[in-house]
Amino acid sequence: MENKVIKLTTPLTREDIIKLNIGDVVELTGYIYTARDAAHRRLKENYENNRPQPIDLENQIIFYVGPTPAKPGKVIGSAAPTTSARMDKYVELTAKLGILGMIGKGERADYVTDLCKEYGMVYFLSIGGASAMIANQIKKCDVVAYEDLGTESIKRLYVENMRLIVGIDSKGRVFQEEQVKKYRIE
Amino acid sequence: MTRIIDTEELIQVIAKLSMDACYHLNENVIQALKDAYESEESPYGKDTLKLLLDNAELASKEEMPVCHDTGMAVVMMEIGEQVSWKGRPLVEAVNEGVRKGYIEGYLRKSVLADPIERVNTNDNTPCVLHTEIVPGDKVKITVMPKGGGSENMGTFTNLVPADGIEGVKKYIIDSVLKAGGKACPPVVVGVGIGGTMDMTTLLAKKALLRPIGSRNPNPLYAKLEEELLEEINKSGIGPLGMGGRMTAFDVHIESYPCHITSLPVAVNLQCHSVRQASAEL
Repeated sequence: MENKVIKLTTPLTREDIIKLNIGDVVELTGYIYTARDAAHRRLKENYENNRPQPIDLENQIIFYVGPTPAKPGKVIGSAAPTTSARMDKYVELTAKLGILGMIGKGERADYVTDLCKEYGMVYFLSIGGASAMIANQIKKCDVVAYEDLGTESIKRLYVENMRLIVGIDSKGRVFQEEQVKKYRIE
Repeated sequence: MTRIIDTEELIQVIAKLSMDACYHLNENVIQALKDAYESEESPYGKDTLKLLLDNAELASKEEMPVCHDTGMAVVMMEIGEQVSWKGRPLVEAVNEGVRKGYIEGYLRKSVLADPIERVNTNDNTPCVLHTEIVPGDKVKITVMPKGGGSENMGTFTNLVPADGIEGVKKYIIDSVLKAGGKACPPVVVGVGIGGTMDMTTLLAKKALLRPIGSRNPNPLYAKLEEELLEEINKSGIGPLGMGGRMTAFDVHIESYPCHITSLPVAVNLQCHSVRQASAEL
């Protein structure tokens, strides 16, 4: 790839995020959180019932992932992004909770693009199904909430040089839309 | 002559197949990934395919799941009509094999006891079991862990006979386009045409078991498969929907006779990590 790699290390700021453009290749290092369908549902229930959230999501990145169990001696099992569209309905909530970005795979609803613009967030694309490779980039894994959800619990991961592509930027541009158009043969 | 097989043997085989399918992509799939890598024009797409090849190699070497979504296990059994079982009831034994494979193989437990109540069974059972009675005294078993990403993009419709082959083509292409990057392309497009609703969808699933590059023996469907593949790869969706030429590895169609009023079509998508393992008893 001819693209220059942008190295980012958490904690990140809104300014770091706003500088990113679709198609940028990012290598992310630092702490991020996992959450998917079941955990998002609980975050929403907390919000609606004025209950405290189990973690502070201010300036954090959420990775939509449900790993396989870790084999003995390993930090984590195989792990790669799940289909982000299932979490579209929760993006407004997580935006209000202060997240800077999401990591997942696949296209998202148009209103997610609007929310990225409104709140100054990005949607990072990772490679769906590259689960053994991505597991190697995860150096620590701790369950921090909802252990009963198993693979769907909220985990705090320390990732090292996790390779991502900016899929939706804070200017409201959509990488996949532009690329697919470019390669479509009418 | 009746041949008696102990279900304990079946349990061991299914456990091993569940693990093998999740750890090791077969040669046919690796070759398809390599060919796609050679043909892909998009730099992002090419980069993605390279990562998937490296990932498959690493997973196989380390015996870890190629993909974290180790799926709901679909088990297909062709059972010779001369076979009789001793030990546990067959369905119980098959599920025990899946349970053993998913627990001992550190595979993900992704099955909920009820679709509305949504509580995990924690052992990935039950599986989806399809049995077929065939002549002979052998048993062929295929385990196909089917992840949610591609499975959730499956479609079914009842076209009217007047829609004809053009209607069928349009429906299949629209299904693949709508799935976009969510189904984890390059995909294998499994198509069922004909039968009744249950049969149509099963045909689509069975179509996914054919090796990539194989053609339906009926020239009508072989031609349709080739035309659809060409059309789908013009879509621009590309690997993981990142843009590019390689949206599908192949299109496989299976057909069955149908009612005079019917033209049912089902599309079942298989993600790039085509995970299947078979054995014969």
